[in-house]
Amino acid sequence: MSVQAFEDPVAPRTPVPRDGRPAPLSVLGAEERLHFAAVSEFGAREVAPRSRAMEAAGRIPDDLLGALAENGFFGLSAPEEHGGLGLGLFGVVLTVEALARADASVALLVDVHNTLITVAVDRFGADEQRTRFLPGLANGRIGAFSLSEAHAGSDAFALSTAARAVPGGFRLDGSKAWVSGGREAGLFLVFARAPEGITAFLVERENPGLEVGPPESKVGLKASSTTPLFLTDCFVPAPDVLGPVGGGRRLAMALLNEGRIGIAAQLVGIGQAALDLAAGYAAERRTFGRPIRTRQAVAFALADAAARVETARLATWNAARLADQGSDLRHAAAIAKLTAQRMAERVTSLGIEIHGGTGYTTDCLAEKLWRDAKAGTIYEGTENMQLLTIASGFRPWRDR
Amino acid sequence: MPENGSIPVRDTGPQSEIRRAIREFAEAEVLPHASRWDEEERFPAEAVSQLGELGFLGPIFPERYGGAGLRYAEYAVLVEELARADASLAITVAAHVSLAANHIYEQGTESQREKFLTRLANGSALGAWSLTEPGAGSDAGGTRTSAVRDGDSYVLNGSKTFTTNGSVADIAICMASTSPELRTHGISAFIVERGTPGFRPGRKERKLGHCASDTSEMVFEDCRVPAQNLLGEEDSGFAAAMKILDGGRISIAALSLGIAEAAFECAVAYARTRRQFDRPIADFQGVRFPLADSKMEIEASRLLIQKACAMKDAGLRTTTESALAKLHASETAVRVTNRALQVLGGYGYTRSYPVERYLRDARLMTIGEGTSEVQRLIIARSLLGRVSG
Repeated sequence: MSVQAFEDPVAPRTPVPRDGRPAPLSVLGAEERLHFAAVSEFGAREVAPRSRAMEAAGRIPDDLLGALAENGFFGLSAPEEHGGLGLGLFGVVLTVEALARADASVALLVDVHNTLITVAVDRFGADEQRTRFLPGLANGRIGAFSLSEAHAGSDAFALSTAARAVPGGFRLDGSKAWVSGGREAGLFLVFARAPEGITAFLVERENPGLEVGPPESKVGLKASSTTPLFLTDCFVPAPDVLGPVGGGRRLAMALLNEGRIGIAAQLVGIGQAALDLAAGYAAERRTFGRPIRTRQAVAFALADAAARVETARLATWNAARLADQGSDLRHAAAIAKLTAQRMAERVTSLGIEIHGGTGYTTDCLAEKLWRDAKAGTIYEGTENMQLLTIASGFRPWRDR
Repeated sequence: MPENGSIPVRDTGPQSEIRRAIREFAEAEVLPHASRWDEEERFPAEAVSQLGELGFLGPIFPERYGGAGLRYAEYAVLVEELARADASLAITVAAHVSLAANHIYEQGTESQREKFLTRLANGSALGAWSLTEPGAGSDAGGTRTSAVRDGDSYVLNGSKTFTTNGSVADIAICMASTSPELRTHGISAFIVERGTPGFRPGRKERKLGHCASDTSEMVFEDCRVPAQNLLGEEDSGFAAAMKILDGGRISIAALSLGIAEAAFECAVAYARTRRQFDRPIADFQGVRFPLADSKMEIEASRLLIQKACAMKDAGLRTTTESALAKLHASETAVRVTNRALQVLGGYGYTRSYPVERYLRDARLMTIGEGTSEVQRLIIARSLLGRVSG
């Protein structure tokens, strides 16, 4: 990108002392700035140049997975004593946004691993489980989250996959769907229905009762694998149950709040990439004797897009900061996700329009960004599910 | 004659005639006063009488009842053209024609038609129609006004709210509950004449827009109405009211269209003449393109209205088509008037131009005769059936 059309909101700027008042949300601390810059640099150097090739191949190559592991991307949220960086959700969100500017599929893999799996083990696992699983996760054993089933999408807990109690543990039977990173994962967090209720299980790749199905063919996020899982008489030893038996629902709900914030960050990154691309093009492309950026229909549309990206970023960052201080973030997470998914769909679509016919071709990244953004209106809760979550928070309804 | 383009080429002969006649009347008798009537919140009784004398208060009724025997499509043009000049006057006429008079025409007995419709259609009486109550807005099932049979009459008690022409009407159609336990299935319609003991207009609302129209409470205190004034069958008033609203909503759509056009034309003219940065602001895409959107949305509204009218004139039920036209035209009116005001900038915000009035008037259109949400409910129901449970 040769032209930086808008001031990068995460570019270094000097925080002004505020006499104890909270700093503006968009002011990053020194470490946060360095981290964002480092990830951006990694993304631009190692990821972005390979984005189209990864899409064509339908996978993230092993050497890139290795580079991601080596650079600590799979240990963002694992505690330092278990080999991670011990970043809070805000650090993960910055990372995911920066990576998504380079490639949304890579960002998704890193996001799910950190916000859903590592956090699940760290927060809900017994000390023994943390010791057993976290170092591996931090070191690049990829985690995948498996709640959805063919008939349990928005109605997420209508699970058919059953867990029978047997001596020493449980046996799982059923099919799971839409597992992001299923092909790459070494550890699966699987939700199944035990007699006591929905329960979370850590299922290892090597388990003979687990079969990872072929990846779905998708409109976007093509380098990211989305697979079914088939569980056939799959024995999970009792020590690999995560959280209380029957406590899986509460666990999943808590995790998905943070998951939504992670996806929101990914969408912000995609939106920013689309905006940068379109703004750069608008400055260079000339029609009727002038750059098209001098036309209000173009300039105002880009301004509108910039406002949407920044709004979504602030909602996302705020939700992440709330998470890190332990606040209830159900509604903040849904608001961030809703804002970001609407923004991303609209801004990436605009990105195509600004490029005109070129934007419709695969010579230009605009169409890929649009396809990648589209998943945002669906996964980690559709638009309606975000609205449902937000609506459920209205006090007069809650108190009834 | 207005310049080419403002009269749609699709007008049929009778439509062009009525458009020309109403526009002539409106430009002479309404337009010069509309802003003042709005400012003074004054009901233009003299303009209403003039409309009656010209035969515009009974357009869709057969000549034997004193009407003009026009089709609904022509009536929609009448409302649209009146609304271009003054939405308040247009809604006064719309409530009178498509709600009050039409309810008597469609549901009344021959003697009720002769006794009441004739006076409404020839303009010697003004009508009002009243369903809404403080506790019964979108949900008419909350109707509290009661009508209890007592010998040869019904005794009405309660109050209706937001009634257009409520304090100026000579003949009011009032929905009241005859079987409260049946909720919407226990509502009946009554014809109540002004001067009936126990019936009086209540508080007149002060409103954001439509300031020259009358929106009032109607209060019934032991009001005895002759049993022959029961309109339609007992307990069947709600279904009848819904059918009447199917027609009413087309008129609200036409009204919305008229407001939108007036604002749009004002904005186009202003954009052409207003100069900034050494050229007409119409040269800026930030102004041009929103106006292009307005034009598109206005034309789409017109087509939806024409379709609903064509179906109604063919004798078909138009519940869905009326809701589509009303929803689109009213939402369009709000957007188009809002954009027009933006084009006029600070001037648009002042009362030196009528655009702020158009915007205020437009805002009612997404509420009256069923909110946009209710229109969506109706449309969705026609697609998907009722919600179970």
